[in-house]
Amino acid sequence: MYRWGGCSKLAELTYIGTSPPRPDGPAKASGLSQYADDVAVAGLWFGETVRSPVAHGRLRSVGWRRAAPPGAVLVTAADLPGPNGVQLIDDGWPILAEGTVEHVGQAVALVAAPSRRAAVLAAAEVEVDIEELPPVFDLSEARRQPSLYELELGLGDPEAVLDQAETVVEGEYRTGHQEHIYIECQGMTARWHPSGPRVEVSGSMQCPYYVHKSMVHAFGLPEEAVRVRADAIGGGFGGKEDYPSLIAIHAALLARAVERPVRIVYDRQQDIIGTTKRHPATMRYRSAVDAEGRLLALDVLVELDGGAFTTLSKVVLSRALLHAAGPYRCPEVRVRGRVLRTHTAPNGAFRGFGAPQVAFGIERHMDAIGRRLGIDPLTLRQRNALVPGDRLPTGQIVDESTSALACLESVARRTDFVTRWTEYQAAQTETNGTPQRGLGLSLYFHGAGFTGNGERRMNSPASARLTPEGRIAVLSAMTDMGQGAVIVFRQIAGEAAGVTFDDLEFPEPDTNEVPNSGPTVASRTTMIVGQLVARAVREVSAQVADWWGEQQPAASPYTVKDGRVVGQDGRSTPFAAVARSYLEVHDALEVTVRHQPAPGPVFDETTYQGPAYPTYAWGADIAEVEVDPDTLAVRPLRMAVAAEVGRAIHPRLCIGQIEGGTLQAVGWGLLEEIKLDQGRYLNDRLATYIIPTAMDAPDLDVELLEAAFPDGPFGAKGIGELPMDGGAPAVVAAIENATGLVVDEIPATPERLFAAQMRERSDD
Amino acid sequence: MAERCGSLLEACRRLATEPGLRPILGGTDLMVASPHERARQGRWLDLSCFDEMRGIAERGGSVWIGAATTFTALQADASIRRHFPALVAAASEVGGWQIQNRATLGGNVANASPAGDSLPVLAVLEAVVVLGSAAGDRLVERRVPYAGFHVGYRATALAPGEVILGFELPLPGPGLEQRFQKVGTRQAQAISKVVVALAGRCAGGRVQTLRLAAGSVAATPVRLRQAESAAVGLELAAAAEAAGSAARQETTPIDDVRSTAAYRSAVLGRVVRRLVLSLTPDSE
Repeated sequence: MYRWGGCSKLAELTYIGTSPPRPDGPAKASGLSQYADDVAVAGLWFGETVRSPVAHGRLRSVGWRRAAPPGAVLVTAADLPGPNGVQLIDDGWPILAEGTVEHVGQAVALVAAPSRRAAVLAAAEVEVDIEELPPVFDLSEARRQPSLYELELGLGDPEAVLDQAETVVEGEYRTGHQEHIYIECQGMTARWHPSGPRVEVSGSMQCPYYVHKSMVHAFGLPEEAVRVRADAIGGGFGGKEDYPSLIAIHAALLARAVERPVRIVYDRQQDIIGTTKRHPATMRYRSAVDAEGRLLALDVLVELDGGAFTTLSKVVLSRALLHAAGPYRCPEVRVRGRVLRTHTAPNGAFRGFGAPQVAFGIERHMDAIGRRLGIDPLTLRQRNALVPGDRLPTGQIVDESTSALACLESVARRTDFVTRWTEYQAAQTETNGTPQRGLGLSLYFHGAGFTGNGERRMNSPASARLTPEGRIAVLSAMTDMGQGAVIVFRQIAGEAAGVTFDDLEFPEPDTNEVPNSGPTVASRTTMIVGQLVARAVREVSAQVADWWGEQQPAASPYTVKDGRVVGQDGRSTPFAAVARSYLEVHDALEVTVRHQPAPGPVFDETTYQGPAYPTYAWGADIAEVEVDPDTLAVRPLRMAVAAEVGRAIHPRLCIGQIEGGTLQAVGWGLLEEIKLDQGRYLNDRLATYIIPTAMDAPDLDVELLEAAFPDGPFGAKGIGELPMDGGAPAVVAAIENATGLVVDEIPATPERLFAAQMRERSDD
Repeated sequence: MAERCGSLLEACRRLATEPGLRPILGGTDLMVASPHERARQGRWLDLSCFDEMRGIAERGGSVWIGAATTFTALQADASIRRHFPALVAAASEVGGWQIQNRATLGGNVANASPAGDSLPVLAVLEAVVVLGSAAGDRLVERRVPYAGFHVGYRATALAPGEVILGFELPLPGPGLEQRFQKVGTRQAQAISKVVVALAGRCAGGRVQTLRLAAGSVAATPVRLRQAESAAVGLELAAAAEAAGSAARQETTPIDDVRSTAAYRSAVLGRVVRRLVLSLTPDSE
């Protein structure tokens, strides 16, 4: 269920703000969509991955245990045609282990065989000889080794204030791994054409041009010799940002070796063992506050477990540090961070990208301040929340759409927060065997689009062109992994061009067909690329209307509305008919536009000062939980969520994103835990890696707030990741309100609550 | 794909003589294996087609439940609902609806996981396990008390070629109350971290009869006999405390992927206490 709230009155539009059905909905609901493993390919072989069974060691040899199984082909690092690295930010992530193995599950070799079963059996015939070396798992040990990356930012001199302050609050907060659990596991099919040379890969991916770049790098091919296409995508959550590059290279290596199409599709166990996860984080917060709880100074140290290879960790740390002070005003701030190296699978992109970790840190820390000073969570946040014109630790002045207070007001009003929070707190000691209830609050913000100068550097294009049928084809590399770009882009294009959905075409993401409009990540698709789409189609539509005006000057100027070209006399002609006439006298009409950063200050990547993000989306959650006093099982009963999204293009999908992200955050906060023993996964299947079911989901009451962002399409901000930030701190705060148990580490499993209860009792 | 054969007799013969052939009913424990595990699992023999393993019926002083009875069927059966509410409660918490539609009581017992949800219930209901095997051209039956069925971690009294035909559950005497509580990893589709069943009766505010059993706290599902004897004869509140603490004394749960030994031990004690305390003080 959802309702609307407005921060500002926005104009009524034709498509924007409505919720039309998504065009791929019936195929997805009926099972007809073709996912990576569904696409029929003649003569297809199957690939399997041979993985390291140990966390760290010297790779002595890899080869067939006995004779090669008939028909099976083995590929190792010795067979690589180019550099042994997956090109992301750098190419330090090996395609196949060479010299050493650095984590359990690292790909050591690949086999291909004519059937899936033959490939599984052949992979078991590969012998990997490894001399084990001492691994590093523990962060305290990892601290003694060189970091993968370090970064620092800040404002003023917090140390001086902390030294003088009357009240200093300190805390350490920890978050764990999280596995994406997209419904569809990773999968890729490669075709190699020996004459050419030319390679094609298709499969499940968020970013066709990331895969393209890494293929060009690995095979040393010219850009035009590599073609990458995205199939229907069964969820991504960031897990199909980095990893598809690796599995695409793997499939292509096998296709090249066997000279046939080869498909690699992971089962869930392979997927959990092999792929990237959310970075675990340890965060130390030290703050000085005045008697009313206002932040005077903040010193934060964020340590991320990067796993064995850097992959995307640098930008994850960067986003983490930029969000570490939370949506709060603080005059003196220092935030330091480092990515530590351990012998575990590399951690990578996951919805929120470092921000959910620090949102847990700062929100738990705000609760620690409130606990110390006896101030309720709402009042404390209202006193500290950013308002338009305030300064972030980067010096960025936050814009007019800064909606932290409006979000707090929305959730507090719907839950009668302070009264009921106070009552629950008073009832903590009444343990007569009945469930205890509690409320918890979180406030959060999320920088939309790429961090720093990413968008400026990429200068992404999107194009629109007239088709022979008189439609507008919209060309971008954006994928739909379920989030709804497929309908949101139609709404944006229809609104901007004045045409109907029937006047629009959206070719599938294919690097042969669409320009490199950047990756489908970082909450940038609607806000950044959506704006490019709007500009490109508006230009095409206007050129067609202007040309028509030249042909029919009496009723000029013409406008395009509801799919018709309308003159001043009120008479109109279908857009498609006018467009076809246009093409009778012109060869083509194609417009490419590129991202234009807003004028004003530019982010300085050496000092970390300036606008790190063009704008921020805002949110607040209030969770109500029930805790069984015997088993300490936690049931999240309901959550009130407020999200300020700029403008909701498609309110139903926008709500869906917020509901799904909130539940994913609640799962991370309460249930989801990767358990490792000597770097081996103890829970590499869905029976033991516990995510919430429908029965575990709270009732979600989402209110959308709108405060238009002038540089987004029709005012929209990026919101895909925002809802991942608030759920975990809210449920953990609610557990504290119910039971008095202070838990600063997630997941807050019953076992962890029990340990806290035992510690508290021994302290008594 | 599972193989089939024409009669239960033939099935027992094949299971006795063909190594690597495994019996399968609902398949919910076997089919979730990864392709790599499946490649090692060998072949399956489907037993779901045999009448000898079906049905629920009152026979004299007990109720017969065929091994192939699904958890959905258990929940729906009037006789089970009337006599064995703890079994209905356990059946409704196994997996989710899809699992309950396929998974069988016989499969749950033969799989012999210490976390099996229905097993402590069969223990407190003092079920008899009816086994069948081929002797020449005859199918012969053997009756094993449930208390003697689980002989070690995932080990049972089943001999090679022997299958579970069903269970005989003695009708509970008047006033015998039953309780069940599962502590899982989440609200549904969960495997137990601790599971407890109780059958008992009070008179005059004191515990008169008490049978307790638990799962996931030892290598097999276990009767908590020390907890039972510690509680019998005491007033309800004292009995609950005594049973809870004795249950902890007589079990040594382990740390595993689902929970910790410390949590399991403490929660076992608390759940036993809660269930005993929930008995009606005077059940006349």
